[in-house]
Amino acid sequence: MSSVSTLTATQPIEMERPKVDIVAWLGLMPFVLFSLFFLIIPTGLLLAGAFFDKDGAFTFANIIGLSKPSIVASYVLSLQISAASALGGALIGAVLATSVVHGGLPTWLRPVLNTFCGVASNFAGLPLAFAFIATVGRLGVVTLLLKFVGLDLYGNGFTLFNFWGLTLTYLYFQIPLMVLILTPALDGLKKEWSEASAILGASVWQHWYYVSLPILWPSLLGSTLLLFANAFGAVATATALTGASLNIAPILLFAQIRGDVLHDPNLGYALALGMVLITGLSNVGYILLTSRTARWLR
Amino acid sequence: MKQSSLGAWIAFILGASYFLIPLLATFEFSLRMLRGQYSFEAYRVVFEQTRFQESFSYSLVLALATVVLGVLIVVPAAYFVQLRLPKLRPAVEFVTLLPLVIPAIVLVFGYLRMYNSSSILPLTGSTLGTDLLLTLGYVALALPYMYRSVDTGLRAIDIRTLTEAAQSLGANSATILFRVILPNIRSAILGGAFLTFAIAIGEFTFASLLDRPAFGPYLQWIGSNKAYEPPALAIMSFFITWAVMGVMQMVVSGRRGTR
Repeated sequence: MSSVSTLTATQPIEMERPKVDIVAWLGLMPFVLFSLFFLIIPTGLLLAGAFFDKDGAFTFANIIGLSKPSIVASYVLSLQISAASALGGALIGAVLATSVVHGGLPTWLRPVLNTFCGVASNFAGLPLAFAFIATVGRLGVVTLLLKFVGLDLYGNGFTLFNFWGLTLTYLYFQIPLMVLILTPALDGLKKEWSEASAILGASVWQHWYYVSLPILWPSLLGSTLLLFANAFGAVATATALTGASLNIAPILLFAQIRGDVLHDPNLGYALALGMVLITGLSNVGYILLTSRTARWLR
Repeated sequence: MKQSSLGAWIAFILGASYFLIPLLATFEFSLRMLRGQYSFEAYRVVFEQTRFQESFSYSLVLALATVVLGVLIVVPAAYFVQLRLPKLRPAVEFVTLLPLVIPAIVLVFGYLRMYNSSSILPLTGSTLGTDLLLTLGYVALALPYMYRSVDTGLRAIDIRTLTEAAQSLGANSATILFRVILPNIRSAILGGAFLTFAIAIGEFTFASLLDRPAFGPYLQWIGSNKAYEPPALAIMSFFITWAVMGVMQMVVSGRRGTR
């Protein structure tokens, strides 16, 4: 054993490698097989199914079938909720992150906010829905408190189980996510830039408008797209809040998988294809836009 | 300067109240199970439910299996890509980001179509097969976080020197990977493992559609049947998430300290 190892050890490392690096490929194999069989092929087959009919003939009928009023309505409501919670989350998250990074708040607040955002952005799904039902549900603590001081939320048409309620709940994980994504970009804004602006006589607002915002906008827009995709795929929170009563795309797809509510499996594949296209495009947009900001922040 | 810091304070306090009020309200709600007094009755009732115990331990085992499988799949791949197959890096990174692009519900729909009981590989035909499929599904959900964590860990140590040193001492690739590289990036692996764990423990969509008795479907069941237990469970899962994140940060900062 020792003689063999001495022998290989004295050879230059390069010599040990054949043209095709078999050992390295072997090590990569679990990953390759896993991603093929549990990521790429299942999704690929499913999405391909959108272009075939029951008998396996090629067709666009399923894609055209998506224009059914009930399906269009589910997509529209999904897009509205995702857009509202993404825009709201991005705006509030940006203000919050800016006020902590550049607003002159005590420095100990920063790690606190960061940890909290790490927790809150992962606090989605059913527990989040439970928390909001206990807070602003029909018998929620805040609902009853407000009623006590004379503001009847539900009497004024508020409910947790529609567009506004879902958006309000989604913001709970959207805002922290925005803070987490944006903080590094805000950190990259150099102090010298604001000093330079001040020396040249610019006001704080002018500095933000003419210097910081042009650097940050791709990052802001990209993060908004990421938040959008994040909300669009969320199933558990919506299901727990509304049961099956709210017609949004992920809930419709959930019901379709459970019991073929569309009475057409291939239409279900088309529904899935539409969702992947929407989240896919948002993610591509996010990657392209953030790489633009990254050039400045090196 | 004073004025801008006032604005920042207002923004911060408004934000903090949006985040803290639901937590406080939920906690208050969870204490009201017994009429006319505050008590931890709802928590006691939850802990005594066999369905809680069974589903939680089921998900616990599944989450641990997910972590182990995830490490076995990701670490060799990230190591060999970084050291010997750098040309594949963009392709591998693209694949690891796919779970962020494909919504979980679409992925599980694909599984149900590909592995149903009348397919070539009928994983959903048996309990063990479905459990395996669920675990692999969680590995997929956690892949972006696991890969990034391990990849960052590998960049922080000099894997080329470590590998060459081990090779000159006669180690083969498996020995290098598991006895040299793995211990050196254990804090990065732990970081990824905690996130994986947090994702798998309360996951709902996969478990529900694959019809397994996991913690997520239990939560949904209790949410639609009980009043005081759900807020108690919400508070518990918030603190579990908090603890997991806290341990993760300690692990990460510990890594910085030892360097």
